[in-house]
Amino acid sequence: MVTSIHQLDDGAWISVNDVREVNVSDLWWLARADFCDCEMSDFLAEGFVEVGVHPPNVTARIAGQCIACGESGVTDWLVVGRVDPDTGTFRGVDTGSVHVPRRRSRLAGPPEE
Amino acid sequence: MPSKVEGWKDEVYGNEIRDHLFEFAEQGWDSIPEDEQDAWFERFKWWGLYHQRKGQESYFMMRIGTPNGVLEPGQLRVVGEIADEFARGPVDNPEFGGAYADWTTRQSIQLHWIKLEDVPDLFEKLEANGLSTIQACGDSWRNIVGCPVAGKDEHEHVDAWPVARRLHEEFKGNEAYSNMPRKWKVSVTGCDEGCGQGDINDLAFEPAVKELDGEAVTGFNVRVGGGLSRKEPRFARSIDVFCTPEDAPKVSAGISALFRDYGDREDRFNARIKFLMDEWGPEKFRQVLQDEYIDYELPTAGEDLRDQYTYNAGDGEHGDHVGVYDQPDGKNYVGLSVLTGRMGVDDVLELADLAEEYGSGEVRLTQRQNVIVTDVPDDELEAFLDEPLLADYSPDPHPFMRGSLACTGTEFCSLSITETKNRMVRYARWMRDNVDVPEGVEDFHVHLSGCTASCAQPQIADISLRGMKTRKDGEPVEAFDIGLGGGLGENPHFADWVEMRVAADEVPGYIQNLLGEFEDRREEGQSFREFIAERSEEELQEMGEPEETSYEDPYMHNTKMTWYPYAEEDDMADSPAPTDAQGKSLPADD
Repeated sequence: MVTSIHQLDDGAWISVNDVREVNVSDLWWLARADFCDCEMSDFLAEGFVEVGVHPPNVTARIAGQCIACGESGVTDWLVVGRVDPDTGTFRGVDTGSVHVPRRRSRLAGPPEE
Repeated sequence: MPSKVEGWKDEVYGNEIRDHLFEFAEQGWDSIPEDEQDAWFERFKWWGLYHQRKGQESYFMMRIGTPNGVLEPGQLRVVGEIADEFARGPVDNPEFGGAYADWTTRQSIQLHWIKLEDVPDLFEKLEANGLSTIQACGDSWRNIVGCPVAGKDEHEHVDAWPVARRLHEEFKGNEAYSNMPRKWKVSVTGCDEGCGQGDINDLAFEPAVKELDGEAVTGFNVRVGGGLSRKEPRFARSIDVFCTPEDAPKVSAGISALFRDYGDREDRFNARIKFLMDEWGPEKFRQVLQDEYIDYELPTAGEDLRDQYTYNAGDGEHGDHVGVYDQPDGKNYVGLSVLTGRMGVDDVLELADLAEEYGSGEVRLTQRQNVIVTDVPDDELEAFLDEPLLADYSPDPHPFMRGSLACTGTEFCSLSITETKNRMVRYARWMRDNVDVPEGVEDFHVHLSGCTASCAQPQIADISLRGMKTRKDGEPVEAFDIGLGGGLGENPHFADWVEMRVAADEVPGYIQNLLGEFEDRREEGQSFREFIAERSEEELQEMGEPEETSYEDPYMHNTKMTWYPYAEEDDMADSPAPTDAQGKSLPADD
């Protein structure tokens, strides 16, 4: 099943199969991110810059800032949710748990170190 | 590769959207195929309809573009009647009631909770009364702004209203300019005070005089590339071009065609003309314009009037159009302060009555979210000023009530990080009751924007508030970055961001402390903007401690997570949306 995905309204949200699934304004805990010097970035999502699909994951690069240190910028690729390949149902990640951004969106092999 | 939105625009865009819109309206909201919804919602913007945020599916914000903010006699009543009949949501707003109209910072009107099924009736009524939603949103010529009292102002250099109206007629619905890479914002200023806010528009016509063939000709200098969004604010730059009022449509056509052809259609974040101006610079821009788009030799810029600009220039001389002012014809215009630009529908209808009773019936909207009743004769003035409605919408308001602006916020907007309008109402009232007004300050501008899109134009205010988050006792709460000392005038200046991530309930305390220090430390007669300008970032950061006070904020939680922040049951799961034409919940799809 093909997954249709795009960011809309100036990057305000991500549409997955034409349903608004992921919104700006959430706080994400980011670990091992180059985004800032904090051990864990307490990252406010202000806009979705790019979206991608790495089946079954939906990924995005997000503009925003760490509210602990104030560093602003764009994250590496983050998994924002997962689409069930059979039903197309999307399940968003829990933004309150810890996330690890990656440097690329489409993986053909094991994750890059 | 062109963006996905460009692909949708290639398929259907511009005037032709209307037929599809009416077809969907006829068949109901759920007739829009699910896999086409995003594309259609993007296109509907061109006709002024913006799908409201998550939790409010099937409801739309509708924007009516009123060029130069002019509502001709009778039109305000139509707006009120439409709001009353069509703009009622499932839950009332606790400050503004069940139906209301928003006056925007670009002299337009926004109504909320519009049902798609009502659009044909709505459009019929609007258009029968000379109003339209055409190109109010979307990638096109937006509402043309200017000095709100153009044609009725004693400071007029050239009457900009016929020019703005001509551009409106020429470029609304014009197929050649209906599909731009991004929004296109134009300002026409004719007064010598700078009220058109040209500096923050994509294309600005500003008053100037030029000697042509030995004669001093009155017209405009042209600036390009202003805008506030995305933490990338720019002031429009002179392209060294003068144009007469008669040539304004030609020059506009050339510049907007240049943007249409050279603007970035691959990356919407890089699409606004300010970024093309960054890349090219004004000299190359002028050269391409001359070589490829204009068939006569463009005169170089004339002598401008910028050294006379007093509007929002920081000295308090002319911060807005609130108050009673003379018109050249001997009548008066009366500017009324509308706190955060929102008026309940009963008040809108009453204002329409008063404008007809005391003036010509014309009402104008300002870029500070206020309204102006024009054409009030001297002998009617006193009775008008005694009207009870003017106690709430005063021509002589308290300085903190007068200068408080706010964007739409999380109440309806997908982008916003924070609640805005109701909070700004509470801030303004608390400041009025608790904060000492510095001596000599008559209007003090606090602009609150829920995100970096900057719809409340925070960067040109005395105090700029931009939506943020922070943690308080470990819990996420709504917060604001605070900027100081922005404004326009001859030498415009964007606010300097000084205090970051201040919890929303500590902002009023911050302002109170800051203004206390301002009063203590300022030199005699020194304006707030001057005071801020002469201090270093470190000094500014030392002043104005954020602090909890008696101010209470009911919107500290993540209002974006609610379906509607003021609903008693506000969880996303409690949303009635999407609903049918009668507002009844539609069954969820399996």
